[in-house]
Amino acid sequence: MTVTDFEFICQILRERSGLVLTSDKAYLLESRLLPVARKWKLASFDELVKSVRLRPDESMIRDVVEAMTTNESFFFRDTKPFDQFKQLILPALLKSRAASKTIRIWSAACSSGQEAYSLAMILAETGPQLDGWKIEIIGTDLSTEILSRARDGMYSQFEVQRGLPITLLVKYFQQVGDRWQISQKIRHAVQYREFNLLNDPVALGRFDVVFCRNVLIYFDQPTKTKVLNGIAKQMPTDGYLILGGAETVLGLTERFQLVPGQRGIYCIAGSDTKADVARPSIPAAGSVLGAGKAGMPGMASPAKAPLGSTTTPVGSTTAPKSPLPGFTTARKL
Amino acid sequence: MKSCLVVDDSKVVRMVARKILEGLNFQIEEAENGRTAMDFCQRQMPDAILLDWNMPVMSGIEFLRHLRKMSGGQMPIVVFCTTENDIQHIQEAIGAGANEYIMKPFDSEIIESKFSQVGLI
Repeated sequence: MTVTDFEFICQILRERSGLVLTSDKAYLLESRLLPVARKWKLASFDELVKSVRLRPDESMIRDVVEAMTTNESFFFRDTKPFDQFKQLILPALLKSRAASKTIRIWSAACSSGQEAYSLAMILAETGPQLDGWKIEIIGTDLSTEILSRARDGMYSQFEVQRGLPITLLVKYFQQVGDRWQISQKIRHAVQYREFNLLNDPVALGRFDVVFCRNVLIYFDQPTKTKVLNGIAKQMPTDGYLILGGAETVLGLTERFQLVPGQRGIYCIAGSDTKADVARPSIPAAGSVLGAGKAGMPGMASPAKAPLGSTTTPVGSTTAPKSPLPGFTTARKL
Repeated sequence: MKSCLVVDDSKVVRMVARKILEGLNFQIEEAENGRTAMDFCQRQMPDAILLDWNMPVMSGIEFLRHLRKMSGGQMPIVVFCTTENDIQHIQEAIGAGANEYIMKPFDSEIIESKFSQVGLI
């Protein structure tokens, strides 16, 4: 790969998706784009770049962008935002929306749907309190391929073991061969739409809660600001924005402010939302993941670098690069 | 430092689990079947038990049923770790008092994720 090739692909990614690829991630280009090259019957990564450069084909470019922007996702990733949703945000909205009985939630850059389905499971677990309520969860991503995976709700054994309590697996999944499919009830609770965060979200409608986690980190400053301001525009003054652990609004926009004492939750600046939700800390009991004896808010799984990670499973005969679909369970060691 | 009893008839699995759990600050004890695990628990209850299902002498599920009837046997948090990956086995384990369930193959992330879900980390 030449420097020019790298810069050429970087420019496409930046224009199309906002993704800023630094040179230390150059190795990812080849590993992620080789399958795209094969799909288009091209011999190598270099051939692919040449083809995109000489005969720009919209669907080929699309495949390139999708391959580079698809990230790994887990159920209940980081635990805490889901505890905050269940214990602070949802109760506050049940009070403030008592008249309309309508809540809309946006899982932005939803990838294969784990975040949206985690929220749907929390709602399903909340029970009769929500009878008569209309709660919409909209998951969006720019990748059509990943959205079709999200709609299928079919996950590998690895995926259902990272962050998902076994009790919820038993309750909301069916085993299909060596894979697990989330139940129709949960699937129907989420609608998926194709959407690029670089565009104006006005057509998606208004949202009371927006989960936009671990995606801003890939954008440059002006793009972060644009995305945040776009979200702010779609939010009532008492809505909530949830960002990833390494993300902030500081220095990017004045539209949002941190809910005091609640790391990662933001409200519209100048609103009084904070009064409803701000409490010193989340009570330890009743965690969404409270399958154990001690309810334990806090980090469940280490925040993993989403771009190209490696794992070596124990008890397997091979070591796949990532939790592969269809990965077969090994014999007993 | 919390203690964890690793019960598996495979020496390799015990070694790998020990390495992962020591990295998470657990003090590790090992047993190669349900019977030796019982003997251990009679002397001293660990905080956590990572438990295989299929083992000679006494299986994991038999051990768990005995454990939960022992004095102090309600205390340890039990995480199954087995190649049995069908819903019937999982339900049977939960019914017998398991707190979590890992389907092999596993890696350090799965162990860490499951142990923090049950409040051990």
